[in-house]
Amino acid sequence: MGLENQVDGIPVIATRLDEVINWGRKYSLWPMPYGTACCAIEFMGVVSSRFDVSRFGAELVRFSPRQADLLLVMGTITQKMAPVLKQIYDQMPDPKWVVSMGACASSGGFYDNYSVVQGIDELIPVDVYVAGCPPRPENVIGAIVKIQEKISRESIRNWR
Amino acid sequence: MIERDIMAKVQARFGAKVLATYEFRGQCAVTVAPADLRAVLCWMRDDAEIATDWLMDVGGVDYLGYPDDDDRGWRYEVVYQLRSASHGHRFRVKAAVGEADPVVPSVWDLWAVANWMEREVWDLFGVRFSGHPNLRRIMCHDQFEGHALRKDYPINKRQKLSIPAENLLCEKVEWA
Amino acid sequence: MSDGTTVRPIPSDLLTLNIGPAHPATHGTLRLQVQLDGETIVNSGCEIGYLHRGFEKQCETVYYQFVIPYAERLNYMGPVHNSNAWCHACEQFLAVEPPPRAQALRVITSEMGRIIDHAVCIGTNLVDLGALTNFWYMYNYREKVYDLYEELCGARMMVNYPRIGGVSLDAPDGWLEKCVKIIDEMQEAVGEVRTLIERNRIFMDRTVGAGVVTRELALSHSITGPVARAAGVAYDVRKAHPYWGYDKYTFEVPTAEGGDTYDRTIVRFHEMYESCKIIKQAIASIPGGPVMVDDHLVALPEKDKVYNTMEGLINHFKLIMHGIQPPRGELYSATEGGNGELGYYIISDGGPKPWRVRIRPPCFANYSVFPKIIQGKMVSDAIAALGSINIIAGELDR
Repeated sequence: MGLENQVDGIPVIATRLDEVINWGRKYSLWPMPYGTACCAIEFMGVVSSRFDVSRFGAELVRFSPRQADLLLVMGTITQKMAPVLKQIYDQMPDPKWVVSMGACASSGGFYDNYSVVQGIDELIPVDVYVAGCPPRPENVIGAIVKIQEKISRESIRNWR
Repeated sequence: MIERDIMAKVQARFGAKVLATYEFRGQCAVTVAPADLRAVLCWMRDDAEIATDWLMDVGGVDYLGYPDDDDRGWRYEVVYQLRSASHGHRFRVKAAVGEADPVVPSVWDLWAVANWMEREVWDLFGVRFSGHPNLRRIMCHDQFEGHALRKDYPINKRQKLSIPAENLLCEKVEWA
Repeated sequence: MSDGTTVRPIPSDLLTLNIGPAHPATHGTLRLQVQLDGETIVNSGCEIGYLHRGFEKQCETVYYQFVIPYAERLNYMGPVHNSNAWCHACEQFLAVEPPPRAQALRVITSEMGRIIDHAVCIGTNLVDLGALTNFWYMYNYREKVYDLYEELCGARMMVNYPRIGGVSLDAPDGWLEKCVKIIDEMQEAVGEVRTLIERNRIFMDRTVGAGVVTRELALSHSITGPVARAAGVAYDVRKAHPYWGYDKYTFEVPTAEGGDTYDRTIVRFHEMYESCKIIKQAIASIPGGPVMVDDHLVALPEKDKVYNTMEGLINHFKLIMHGIQPPRGELYSATEGGNGELGYYIISDGGPKPWRVRIRPPCFANYSVFPKIIQGKMVSDAIAALGSINIIAGELDR
């Protein structure tokens, strides 16, 4: 991680602050699963024993946006639901990241009609889009790894 | 009782009030005017041989632009799918609703389930139900204009909901 | 009181509380508003439509065979049943009978869908009550069924397996034997989870008498499926109007009398057991032969005919470009979905796209009773009852 040394017999690590904070952040993501439709069922698979997202440090699922830093939007967002999603995003404290899981959340999917929002990026910023209808659990884990990579490139100076 | 016999019996009882009859693949239906709807449904429910005491579904249909259909005197139909719990047969009753003033008497006092289903028909087709206790939109949001399942509503005409969520959640819903 | 003082009721204001639409206990996008006196629900109301995806309008824009993937996303807990049912409705419309082997494969996949639907329903309901272990147990078996689906047709969850006139692929070699093995294991696992909760003091305290759907309520709200059967209404479309040869199989329709959350859970356990029985019978008696009907107006020709014969190529082209064209007419077709009677009401104008598709979703009727059954109960009872009714928003709002 950095320069390891002994000062007066005590082990010391010298490193950049960004490095150590990002290291902590990326292996302790607290996801807020905003599941509306089919993709939420696949997310159950992601947290269940076979795929076990806790291997990536993101198993502490919080249903309160105030306690979460990773918003997973899983499923179709309708016009009626859109203000609710916006509010949930606003309620999350910084730093926060958003994964748009599945075709519906990313682009409206095959619901090109009067009631479906054509992609949640009309409402909130998105960091990672996951393809699939619904995506396989491996794909979701891939998205979490992508978020981790993104976190490790960030600097605390960019967050308020 | 097979559906054709039910249809004959309804026709015999109501005569000219049955505007149209219908048969396809062994399934039968009758069309009546909205004014006669409640009488027909009640009679069918109480008749011992027909006894269609379950209302499985209420749905709307818009026939605007239906091909080769000039002699249909109405635009909408509200379709009641009935089933008899004791006899196990099904039957379909349709209410013919004109374009000018689409109103149908509500049957929510006969079948409690009709409450939500009629709200859905109102929301998506704009057919009003007289006597309904709470005829509000159920699927689309309250700012939605027009009725989405009408044939003249373009499928991808989206309408944004502009109320912030805090205000949205303070709205009173109907108490059961 | 005995010492002469009188007890005055403590004056309290009613508190209005929103549960949902993004609440973990609502399993999706339901919204419930309750008025509380202390912790007792005085009034309640439901608001739905947060997942209204315009299914019915969307169906009017695509060919009959392209509705299959849309149909699958209605009840996403046991997806394959919905598409099986859609194909069944279209076949009734076209007066086409799928070959017996295809019917048996539909029974097998649909009953697996019912098992995984009930497994997750019970599992998540127990999570809401604080028992997480059962969910892991149940979900493991869901994964095993996913594996079977994957081997059958390449997809885990949204399998897009049936076609109008049959099913898309025959079972691969050894698949049926593997099914039997997994079904056996599943029966054992279902029994284990059942013993964990059936006489469990905490579970019974939470669920007995919570959210009672009486027989009268069930009839007036046209409730079907496990919720109705727990209330003593022994209606099952598989028995009352058999399809896909369900009349050949022996199975019970489990019922209970109480209509409360406990009964609904136990009825679901029985149903999973019965579904296992049906699958085993279907596998034991599965006939050979083709899995698609031999009718070039409905079924796509085999690939080597498409590539090597003129007729095959033309039939393929016609079906893809112009679709299946049923006669003018209208038809209501009902099957037993995971939560009750799933009905498709199709109106055709003679063209390749349906004029109107109306779904009779079981959840819609089942959920409309919900405000009535939680009146005068605690919030925690409402959560327990909500999980056991198993509302799937995709099907409720369509």
